[in-house]
Amino acid sequence: MKILVGYKRVVDYNVRIQVKPDGTGVVTDGVKLSANPFDDIALEEALRLRERGVAEEVVVVGIGPADLTAHLRNGLAMGANRAIHVQTADAVSPLTAARTFLKLVEKEQPGLVILGKQAIDDDANQTGQMLAALWDRPQATFASKVEIADGKATVTREVDAGLETIEAELPVVITTDLRLNEPRFIKLPDIMKAKSKPIDVIELGSLGVDVADHIKTIHYAAPPKRSKGVMVKDAAELVTALKQKGLL
Amino acid sequence: MTKILVIAEHLGGKLNGSTARAVSAAAAVKPDAIDVIVLSDAPDAVAAEAAKIDGVSKVLTIARAENAHSLAAVYAPQIVKVASGYTHVFVPSTTFGKDLAPRVAALLGVSQVSDVMSVEGPHTFKRPIYAGNAIVTVEVDATSTVVATIRTASWAAAASNGSAPVEPLNVEPLLPSHTRFVNLQQGKSDRPDLQGAPKVVSGGRGVGSKENFEIVYKFADKIGAAVGASRAAVDAGYVPNELQVGQTGKIIAPELYIAVGISGAIQHLTGIKDAGTIVAINKDGEAPIFEIADIGLVGDLFKILPELEAAIG
Repeated sequence: MKILVGYKRVVDYNVRIQVKPDGTGVVTDGVKLSANPFDDIALEEALRLRERGVAEEVVVVGIGPADLTAHLRNGLAMGANRAIHVQTADAVSPLTAARTFLKLVEKEQPGLVILGKQAIDDDANQTGQMLAALWDRPQATFASKVEIADGKATVTREVDAGLETIEAELPVVITTDLRLNEPRFIKLPDIMKAKSKPIDVIELGSLGVDVADHIKTIHYAAPPKRSKGVMVKDAAELVTALKQKGLL
Repeated sequence: MTKILVIAEHLGGKLNGSTARAVSAAAAVKPDAIDVIVLSDAPDAVAAEAAKIDGVSKVLTIARAENAHSLAAVYAPQIVKVASGYTHVFVPSTTFGKDLAPRVAALLGVSQVSDVMSVEGPHTFKRPIYAGNAIVTVEVDATSTVVATIRTASWAAAASNGSAPVEPLNVEPLLPSHTRFVNLQQGKSDRPDLQGAPKVVSGGRGVGSKENFEIVYKFADKIGAAVGASRAAVDAGYVPNELQVGQTGKIIAPELYIAVGISGAIQHLTGIKDAGTIVAINKDGEAPIFEIADIGLVGDLFKILPELEAAIG
């Protein structure tokens, strides 16, 4: 079985993002970029499935500009067999990403597609579900446990009410939640090895994907700030303050 | 004609409070009609609750055995059939809505607006990105169906004084059988629901262990609060996942939020920014949680929580 893994590059989760003063975007120049944390979890899960003998090949997929190569090399260094780089200079909406993945899925015929449940830049949480819809296959979102056997995926999902388990026939789209696994660190020899692993570059324009985006972002703003609060010195003062506000 | 379809979230025969919040967001669009749709194997009780929500024009129900559990792959084709008569489809931005809405949007061939926090016009909305560190205004092409998830913490629940008619529908698209519900492990708790509670007490890594978390539960019970937790506390196994508050957990807006032993990573803060009053109790006076707290108290939580209980009386 082959596994496709979505591997998006985003502003590192430790960066405190700044909105440009003119409201046209956020400052990304000179800001540290990293793999979307949920995508590292997705790749780790795929690698573990390969190590358990459930899958033979793990392919990382990135959609983005020419300089995405270095990022995809990290995915290869982590252990993916090969990478597909769908090249575009334009921003890609979740629907366009899902349509792009559909084209790759038709070509690669994977048994599993594992994506992060959301990217921590746009926080959209859409691509996996959209791909599953377009592909007409099951989706198992927010996964915290994945078992593959007898042509089925049994997936435990983190939902608001607790933990839901569902069963789905392969091929399946899985999106990862935080507690699915802890991604491995990349070791130096693996970075060397990754240099010889193949990266297929495909122009997005050559895939025949409808890239129309009917949602336009017209303004960016910083969130409203909460005003600086007060410090109290002990429990008694805190209770008094809360009683004054009518909260106790 | 602006017509909004709101998809009801429910579990165990009860309507989830997030539905009435999505109706509030729908009302802000000032539409000609707001219809709520209930998919279930036995929708009557849920539909009766939904019919009371102020502003609802009518409640539609689809009763099918396949709808016993909220599987997105099963629900989506049915919603798509109904959605053709609507300009907007709104779903609460809970794990239910986040799972379902993009599947509906993709089948309709449209992008989705996630986590609507304000309505600026029938096709213009504000939503957070980068864990709430930026707010964008987005405009949906006027000719497209708007599919949106509604950030529940940004919207008060619409009141329940209405009496909308309930109308059963027969839509019979071919439903997939490739996805099956196995079970739901639900934390049993008599405490208020984290997402709707007016008071929430959350514990973090500073609580130190599962056993120590009892002190948080005890204090929460004293003031009638729901219990939440930071990601660190959930990852460490102190509490189950459904208690997690933050960017990837629950986004909440209680009147009172008390953070105990939580340092305040930005991913956590984004889950509580809409709270009325934030209280932080932490032994580290430099913890980032104090930057957004309305009231801060530096000290040992194991000493302070019992003192608070005593002081409240």
